[in-house]
Amino acid sequence: MVPLNYYVILSAVLFTIGVLGVLTRRNALIIFMSIELMLNAANLAMVAFSSVLQEFTGQIFVFFVIAVAAAEVAVGLALIVGIFRAKRSIDVDQMSGLKG
Amino acid sequence: MTADLILFLGLALVAVATALGMLFSRNAIYAALFLVLNFVTVAIFYLVLSAPLVAMAQVTVYAGAIMVLFLFVIMLLGAEKLPAGEVLPWQRPLAVILGFILVAEAVYLLVTRAQAQGQVPQPQAAANTMDNLRDLGQTLFNQYLIPFEVTSILLLVAMIGAIVLTLREKKESN
Repeated sequence: MVPLNYYVILSAVLFTIGVLGVLTRRNALIIFMSIELMLNAANLAMVAFSSVLQEFTGQIFVFFVIAVAAAEVAVGLALIVGIFRAKRSIDVDQMSGLKG
Repeated sequence: MTADLILFLGLALVAVATALGMLFSRNAIYAALFLVLNFVTVAIFYLVLSAPLVAMAQVTVYAGAIMVLFLFVIMLLGAEKLPAGEVLPWQRPLAVILGFILVAEAVYLLVTRAQAQGQVPQPQAAANTMDNLRDLGQTLFNQYLIPFEVTSILLLVAMIGAIVLTLREKKESN
């Protein structure tokens, strides 16, 4: 019997690693992958709670999060491909076209 | 140390190690493969947490479709390596410091103040039966029918959006 707090702490650590990825990397694809890691960390916490409370709600919500993540990845990657076609680069430091 | 705790710590170590491997990889393909390992580890976590359907959905959709899409785009754009060089040299150390503060705060709060009460039960064989699956399906299609249908519309919109965003317009030739 593992305490539920361990799962929540693990979820927080994975989420923070995702946040660090978004803050420190310049490759747009790696930033996107860190966002997926953050979503995954939240999913883990939800399934852990669902297992403790013996309810299905957490698992069903994780289904919806996975579906939304798939839709987001499709549109996001299309955007990145479009940006690459325009600027020949996916370095986010060079995406400063809207800078004043 | 019970077997449950040893299993949890082993899986947690692999999950955190692969997440850090994704964070620190210079090569985008290695980062994507590390993330695939992380997703499979989280799927094994779901199996330990008596959620077999979500575990298989995670392997099929997340590790099997989304990461394959990522690898396609990485290889399409040739984005394995980015040239080094910082625009703002103080940005990275500041981000690392703030990230450490965030994780220290979160772990401190979760350990001392906002402890989640409860014990995760051991995975039972009853979780892998058709009865459990039928109950999950009934809950999904009875109480959560509207989010289910809205998700289908969301997927349709995402599909249209992805096609429209990558459409090349035909140039008129005069």
